[in-house]
Amino acid sequence: MSAVVEQVLTGENPLVEGLERLPVHPTILVIFGATGDLAHRKLLPALYNLAHEGALPERFELIGIARRDQPHEDFRAMARESIERFSRRRPDHDVLEGLLADARYIAGTFDEESVYAELERTLKEFDQRAGQQMSRVFYLSTAPEFFPVIAGKLGAAELQRAEKSDTRLVIEKPFGYDLSSARTLNAEVRDVFEESQVFRIDHYLGKETVQNMLAFRFANALFEPVWNRNFIDHVQITAAEDIGIEGRAGYYEGAGALRDLVQNHMLQLLTLLTVEPPASFEANRLRDEKLNVLEAIVPPTVETVDSMAVRAQYGPGSFGGASVPGYVEEEGVAPDSRTETYAALRLHVSNWRWAGVPFYLRTGKRLARKVTEIAVTLKPVPHLALRSTGSVGVQPNQVVLTVQPDEGVSVSLGAKIPGPQMRIRPVNMEFRYGTAFLSESPEAYERLILDAMRGDATLFTRGDEIEALWEIIDPILTAWHEDTASPIPQYPAGSAGPEEADRLLEGGRQWRRL
Amino acid sequence: MSEDLWSERDTNPDAIAEALRDMLRERCAADRALAPARVLNLIVIVDRDWKGEIANRLERVGRYHASRTILCAVEGTRQTLDAVAVMSYDEPTGSTIGVMRERVEIDMGPEQLSRIDAIVDPVLMPEVPTMLWSPHRHDQAVQALLPMIDVLLLDSDDLDEPDAALARARELLRSAYVVDLAWLRTTPWRERLAASFDPPQRMAALERIAEVSVRHRPSSRASALLLAGWLSSRLSWDPQTLASMDGAGLRGGALRVGGEVQIALEPFAQEAPGLAGVTVSCETGFSLSLDRASGGLRAKERSPDGEERTWQVLGASRGEGGILGEGVRQALLRDPTYGPALDAGRGFCR
Repeated sequence: MSAVVEQVLTGENPLVEGLERLPVHPTILVIFGATGDLAHRKLLPALYNLAHEGALPERFELIGIARRDQPHEDFRAMARESIERFSRRRPDHDVLEGLLADARYIAGTFDEESVYAELERTLKEFDQRAGQQMSRVFYLSTAPEFFPVIAGKLGAAELQRAEKSDTRLVIEKPFGYDLSSARTLNAEVRDVFEESQVFRIDHYLGKETVQNMLAFRFANALFEPVWNRNFIDHVQITAAEDIGIEGRAGYYEGAGALRDLVQNHMLQLLTLLTVEPPASFEANRLRDEKLNVLEAIVPPTVETVDSMAVRAQYGPGSFGGASVPGYVEEEGVAPDSRTETYAALRLHVSNWRWAGVPFYLRTGKRLARKVTEIAVTLKPVPHLALRSTGSVGVQPNQVVLTVQPDEGVSVSLGAKIPGPQMRIRPVNMEFRYGTAFLSESPEAYERLILDAMRGDATLFTRGDEIEALWEIIDPILTAWHEDTASPIPQYPAGSAGPEEADRLLEGGRQWRRL
Repeated sequence: MSEDLWSERDTNPDAIAEALRDMLRERCAADRALAPARVLNLIVIVDRDWKGEIANRLERVGRYHASRTILCAVEGTRQTLDAVAVMSYDEPTGSTIGVMRERVEIDMGPEQLSRIDAIVDPVLMPEVPTMLWSPHRHDQAVQALLPMIDVLLLDSDDLDEPDAALARARELLRSAYVVDLAWLRTTPWRERLAASFDPPQRMAALERIAEVSVRHRPSSRASALLLAGWLSSRLSWDPQTLASMDGAGLRGGALRVGGEVQIALEPFAQEAPGLAGVTVSCETGFSLSLDRASGGLRAKERSPDGEERTWQVLGASRGEGGILGEGVRQALLRDPTYGPALDAGRGFCR
């Protein structure tokens, strides 16, 4: 038997070896909420960039569904405008026209049966034209209340699976607004789709720098030996924004900092930082390990929330030298709003590797600087024979992984200051993406859309993982919701956050300067 | 884009290296938000008369610039070295860093080529890979530099005789990793063929391919040979010598388990270097043609029952600037399929 026959019999394509772009089965992408902001700014430009690079499947069709009543041609014009405005590269006219030439639009509300009848008819038409059943990817880019409605209607129309191809459901965040709603949504989705068909997006996982955390940890023998409670003193995870709510009061009033960033992005960062090495990077192997870490984080009780979590709101202050209003003065925000624009947490991962190491998380709007980083502070050296007189002295080593801006990794080391005395100060060894690679990082959505079309769920959140994330956050939400009397701490816009957050740090530790 | 400039006539490598260090130190001291790129050295050896043309090609590589480019221009009877060093950078904006890149142009004489390694070595950035591109041959310089480089960039479509070009690539591959622009011109075609035969029902047809025809610009026969060689090596065919068809290309075959594959390489008039189209036909009656078209490729499929379908496969043309940029990017990667494809491509030329 020839090597080719053997490969073909095992379903292995002998032509794929060595190629950077792996084949993707012919696919029809259906965007629910196709006229919305996410489609406009991210999804359609991402599709264009995939098309530009020749990364889309050899046969690709696009269907947009939204409430607005408009003909196909108006949808194409809208998509063209979105791509021209938001694509990371200037569109090539021929590729753009090719991508949109036969894009279809279906108008209607997401609970209308006629929408799904028209969808089925269009899917069949595309299949017939291709001479094969194409994969279906249903992308829910809608308000979250429509997620179960659409999943249910797809099931009722028997579009949740196809006989000769794969059907996948991509669900945008937020996946639930608390533990109970996440469980309910999971149940409603799983009533219709198998877990293996469901791709819950957290676009942070599509960022190169976030994926690099796994390479940093598991491709370097240098760090893993010290990556544990014996050497690490504490970890700070910061996701600071210098902007306010930017006219999104309607969303933000119902979400707050905890739901907006901590429950998803920041806990994902913590998970990747602490996860045990998986046996392989197959989707479920990695997600099993992530789940193990999440289950090792002991959720607070309602009674202990005050000692491990702090919330605050920004008050009036300055941004870029100009005065800016406080949160409750923002348009659309209730004057008596108790929604937090800042949240800080102290968490512990109670397992053999991490027991006793505090993980401090903080996020907020209108802070002094925009930065997302993970700072790992090692324990001090056990004995210091060097004098620190005349210098800042020997500081504990820090490993800082910066997610944005200036993506990279820096390691601080103690080094001798040139001169006659043995004086030490910290210096940095830095790796910056911008200086170390030739390639520009693709947008997170490009990677994630392609992965969903290929059926690779590694960078998507599994149902049990979502629930584990909510289990950590839910008691804090409950405690804060039930406390309607305590004043919400304030911090001036443009500052480093509220003083109250300092009380989370024990043992003389301090927040890193923003 | 801002630039700092240094130049000196009748200079030496140590002076050039020192000038680069000084420029870097001064610029970083003046603006702490600047950081030097530290990815790749690129040594380029060119005829002095074509220096501008090559410099222009290097400017069009998009974002794939080497961190330090050392352009050695060989000129007539010159005996001394003249050098210009340029440090260019985008002014940092906001909280992001600005990345600095360096370009050194050294004018030298042909007599200096045999010891070009001693001239270039002090000017290289340490601890990063080094790529060499010598588009006007200068084999003596290539030989002198081979021990100190990691990657050799060449274009097998540049030589008039494709079999000689592939033989040269094979020889150089023994000393360094080779990135061949002729091979990179086949990348979209390889990706699309791999995708087309990926569905299980199509994959089975790989064992029963009966005919492959590759259409190429007349000057890009090496690319066509590499594509045929790639199919041959991936599918374990035994390539047989192709015969010239008096200006109508090459024809011949390859042996596979249970049969023979007819191979045809057909010249096709087109402006862009590289391939114009490829058709793969199977014993079952299935065939697939991919042809260059605006906005990507035009695909035409014929099923065993004779039904035909055509559609557009999307993808922007990279242009020759994009291909060269891709060549620079490939310096950091390793493609295990080029060597076997090269060997099989040579098998068609025996």
